[in-house]
Amino acid sequence: MDEGLRNELSKAGVFTTSLSELYNWGQKNSLWPLQFGLACCAIEMIAASMARFDIARFGAEVFRPSPRQADLMIVAGTVTKKMAPQVVRLYNQMPEPKFVIAMGACAISGGPFKQGYNVLKGIDRYIPVDVHIPGCPPRPEALLHALMTLQKKIEEQSLTGINRPRQMDPNQTGEFPIPTFGAHDLEPPSNPEVWRPIKIDRGS
Amino acid sequence: MLSLDQIKLRIEQAVPGARVELVPNGALADQASLWLDAAHAVECARFLRETPDLSFDYASNVTGVDWPDTTVKTKVKKVVEGQETDVEESVVKPGFLEAVYHLYSMTRKHGPLVIRLRTANRTDSVRLPSFTPVWRGAEFQEREIFDLFGIVFDGHPDLRRLLMWDGFQDHPMRKDYVEPDDYEYEPTPHDEVLEKAQSRAAKEANA
Ligand code: SF4
Repeated sequence: MDEGLRNELSKAGVFTTSLSELYNWGQKNSLWPLQFGLACCAIEMIAASMARFDIARFGAEVFRPSPRQADLMIVAGTVTKKMAPQVVRLYNQMPEPKFVIAMGACAISGGPFKQGYNVLKGIDRYIPVDVHIPGCPPRPEALLHALMTLQKKIEEQSLTGINRPRQMDPNQTGEFPIPTFGAHDLEPPSNPEVWRPIKIDRGS
Repeated sequence: MLSLDQIKLRIEQAVPGARVELVPNGALADQASLWLDAAHAVECARFLRETPDLSFDYASNVTGVDWPDTTVKTKVKKVVEGQETDVEESVVKPGFLEAVYHLYSMTRKHGPLVIRLRTANRTDSVRLPSFTPVWRGAEFQEREIFDLFGIVFDGHPDLRRLLMWDGFQDHPMRKDYVEPDDYEYEPTPHDEVLEKAQSRAAKEANA
């Protein structure tokens, strides 16, 4: 609809909208995070949910202890290789539409433990991440900013066409393969469908 | 607390056949320790715990150490073709795994007493007696050592891996542990990581 016409109409007391705008507006203002934390970053997530930072201002204060009732996964903390299959399983158990915020250096890359034997180098190796937040730990404001970024992303999604969200595509289940415990590492070490690292030219 | 020499003597008197050795520590802390032989270790531990004037009733910390094989080079005089010459001979000293216990006494308020147990080598005879029946608190720490160093504790009530999963085969805290090669994406590598990322890139280029 033409912006000018819409303005005119709203001045005359007529409210116009489109289905996708309404849909996205409802979704973005009522994100229910899954209540779980993996390490120190979770403390900042908890702080963000309390009175001082008050994530309720963004409609995301209803932390749910069950994946069936949540639609936002905040991966807050170090994902160990032993924990990674459980995180992917929890993600699979969440109903669509669902979003992921990877919070902190650990969740996005392994962080200070990147070269450790037991830490996954980023949860984006197995599940699609919508917003990455750097920091060790990120301040609650950073989490709020990530939430606002996610809201913007939701607001801009179009419900039809090739870029429509996953839940609008009948061919996509929204489930991702759960890695298994191998003899030396997780198998597979990453999901190539989800994780496509940028090729870095080392000039070797 | 009695001195280590005195404790060593007391153990040797109380447990016939026990071999106890004083291991000096050259570092600044100068915290010497006692090396118990594995065969009599549990008996010695019981003695340390139950003797009233020692009463080491608390195992505060248990940890492992990996001592890899070392090559010792020595100069030997040898007669080669009728002439006496110095020949360098290298002898491989087999490495071993070590479990280190830090003991305190809560009743008598003394400690720490550091005791060590050593395996015969790092490969096939890696068994040590478990101290969990003596100090219950050692249970999880011995499991951790089993997991990360691969020492098998005989007499442990529940010896399973603690930090890594059950099907895992390596022992990550050993010096010769080879980590999985997941260096495909290193945006800001340096030093060791740069080398690993480069070797990974070279491997990918060849494949
Ligand atoms: S990024 Fe830092 S604060 Fe966050 S979980 Fe990792 S180590 Fe802890």
